[in-house]
Order: sequence, then C-alpha cells, then structure tokens
Amino acid sequence: MAQSATFAGMLCLTFDRVLRASAFGVCSVLAALAVLSTGRLATAQDTPLISGGAAFLTSTNGGKTEYLPNIEPLLAAPLGSHLLVESRAALLEFFTPESGNQSAYKHFHFVGLSYLQGDYVASSHLTIVGGEYLTPFNTYNERLSPIWIGNFQDGPLILPLGIFSSGNGLGGQLRGNAIQRNKYSIDYTWFYSTRSANEYFPAQRGSGGRGSLYLPEQRLELGLSYDRLLQGTHENFYGAHLWWEPRDTTFRLRAEGARGHHAQGYWVEADYRTKAFGGLDSVIGRFEPLFRMQQTFRRDTVVSDGLPMVNTQRADFGLDYNLPHNARIITSYARQFSSTGNVNVWETGIVYRFLFPAWKGK
Amino acid sequence: MNSKSVVIAAVVIMWASSLAAKQYPAQADSPSKNSGVGKQSAKPQGEGERVFEQHCSRCHTSPDGFSPRISGTVSRHMRVRASLSQREEEQLLHFLNP
Repeated sequence: MAQSATFAGMLCLTFDRVLRASAFGVCSVLAALAVLSTGRLATAQDTPLISGGAAFLTSTNGGKTEYLPNIEPLLAAPLGSHLLVESRAALLEFFTPESGNQSAYKHFHFVGLSYLQGDYVASSHLTIVGGEYLTPFNTYNERLSPIWIGNFQDGPLILPLGIFSSGNGLGGQLRGNAIQRNKYSIDYTWFYSTRSANEYFPAQRGSGGRGSLYLPEQRLELGLSYDRLLQGTHENFYGAHLWWEPRDTTFRLRAEGARGHHAQGYWVEADYRTKAFGGLDSVIGRFEPLFRMQQTFRRDTVVSDGLPMVNTQRADFGLDYNLPHNARIITSYARQFSSTGNVNVWETGIVYRFLFPAWKGK
Repeated sequence: MNSKSVVIAAVVIMWASSLAAKQYPAQADSPSKNSGVGKQSAKPQGEGERVFEQHCSRCHTSPDGFSPRISGTVSRHMRVRASLSQREEEQLLHFLNP
C-alpha cells in the first residue's frame, strides 16, 4: 500500500502519537514543570534544559507534494538528586493539496504532547517511570522517532506493531541495567499501561517489556521485545532488534523485526560517513549516505493495524548532509512495491537541533 | 526497476559501506564546546568518553556545543534513556564537563 509509506503515512503515526491537546494546555504543562524545578536546583550543572528540533519537511508521492513545518521541543528538569521530569511536545502544520488540484492547498495544525513522564532513579539498577511514556517495544519508537535523530523522515512500515496504536502508554515502567560487566551488559524495561479515554492522555491497556544484551567490544546490541494488548481482542506482539556499530568506524547497521496477530515485517538500515577526505567535518565528510530495506507480510486482513493491507517491499535510498551548527539536510528516494501498485516517494527536509538551558543563569 | 534489482543494489551498497567502514577508522565528535571533549589526542580513551561513544552516540550525533550548566541534566537524562549505572552517569558528567 503506497499510502502507508508516504508522508501522509508518517503523519498518521505522528498524529496518533501526539495528543489532541490545545496549545494552551501544552504550554501550561511545560511552564509548570519549569516552575516546579526552580525551587529544587541542586547544583549549577542541573539547570533544566530545553532541547528538540525544528524542521521543514516535504514529501512528493505520485506527483502530490505535501509540506510539514514541525517543531518538537523537549523539556528535562531534574528535581533533587533522584527525580527527573521530562516531556516532549509536537507542534506541526500540515499542508496538503486539495484533492485533484495541485495548485490549491488545505492545511491542518496539531499541537500536543508526545510524552510526559517522571523518572525516579531508585538505584544503580532500577528507574521507576510514571506518567505517559513512549511504548518501549523494539527501538524505533523510543530512540529514533525524534525528528532530530531519525535518518529518514518517516518511520518504518512495521512501526505500528507493538506500540498500541498511539505509541504511548499511560501508567508505569520499571527499567534499568540488570547486569553490568566489562564485556557485556543487559538492560531491561517492563511496563504496564492502563486504558484511558482522556482527551489529552489516551492509552490502551497492555503490558510487556524489552530486554537487550550489549557487547561493548563488538559494539553489538541484540534485544527482544514482547507485549500484550489487554483490551478488546487480546493480542500478542513479538519483536527483535539488532544494532551494530563496528568498533572504530562510522558505519552503523540497525535492524528490527516485529510480528503481530495480523501482520509481520522487518527493516534494515545502514548509514556511513567517510573520514577519508579530511574528517567528519570536511565538506565530503558531512555527507551521510543511507539505505533502508523493509518488507511487510500480511497474515490476514481482518483488521487494519496500521501496516499495508497487502505484502509490501520498500527500499529507501537517502543522502543526508550534516551542516555545522546542529543543522541537517535530509533527502531520500524510496521505491515501494506491492500488488496494489508501485510508487516513488521523494522526501526532502532541513532539521535544526537545539539544546540550551531553560533560563539564563550565571 | 523491479524489486529484485533494488534488493541487489542495496546489498552491494551495504557491502561496500562495510568495507569502507573497516578502511577508515572513526574519530570522536565534540559534544561540548566548553569542555574540550572529544578533541583528538594521543591519550587513552577515558571512561566518560567510552560511555559517550557506547551509549549516547549510538543513537544520535553530539550537539556542536552546550552550556556546562545543563551537563548534569544531560547526564541524568541519558542515565534514564540509556539505562546507565550511577557510575556511568558520573563518568559521563565528568566527560561533558570536566
């Protein structure tokens, strides 16, 4: 299905992820966090920070070009020596052509929280998380979904599997480092999410977790994920991921597979920056060629779970350019193959990453 | 272009990338303009730099620079997100703001 891989497909995920809160509500939460943290600043190094990304993205699919100006601010505020409150919001405007008329555009805007959680660092091996959090299934949702991190504009086709539609859970999480040795480490995450029909914090009831083994000498991470939807038709989701960054190189390989009750699939992504022509900060070294291969397989068509309704293959060829001062140009071309038709998807954008103290200080 | 040729092209690109990666070793980026972190030197790799390379830069590149006033907050945030131990958090903080 072409549409699931397009810009609009990415937006659907984003729109699901962001809560339909008003701008006033988001600003109020962020302001409250900032005020809360002012009274408990422990040291000069613990000033709350504002980070995030601002982007202008475009996508052309079948001659239809869409535009997405987007800002994702993140606030992190430590309270004392054990507590951290963090939240990420999304503010975006979506311009899309009127149907059948490329010259006339309609637009929508969305403002909302991607997550709002409190992290209590209980010990060296345990952190307790409460609030609304990103569902910790596989790696993409938690690690690569921020616009200033992801190499491609849109997420993988299998992203909806295991993250309970919205990508969020509402409840609690236990996470941390179970075993830490020189040659390996094992970390874990377990979560429980309650059902919520709240306009600002919608969530589905479910539970699950993820375990990862990391081998520092090989720079290899292997992990398994499992969760179960505990409302409606109870379903199990299984996931596996592999990250490999060969020692002393700038080559990265990431891969994930996921299996749900109705569909399954995988993606593999590789990226590289050369140091052969004057280092990473040279004109050539700032280029970052990318490739992602992904396939989805439909097990049945009983329900729509966010994946294409027919078996689909897609290859993304990207070329990012890492500008100085935390800016990045991201471009990609994708060819998607399915029985409903093959399509080309062109995507370009520029992303600026910011990181600064929440207020001025000495 | 059919799907088979795309897959073959992809495999060739990945193979070539991995060969190139072996050929040219990496150098560290500099996460903080205030700390001098990540500058090239003949010193052995510090523990904080190891933590940064193994846990932070696995997901994202380092920012060009940031205020030392938020280095503790950055370390705490990374402790939660990357499941760092307390010792690793302290090493990372020392690396970001020695």
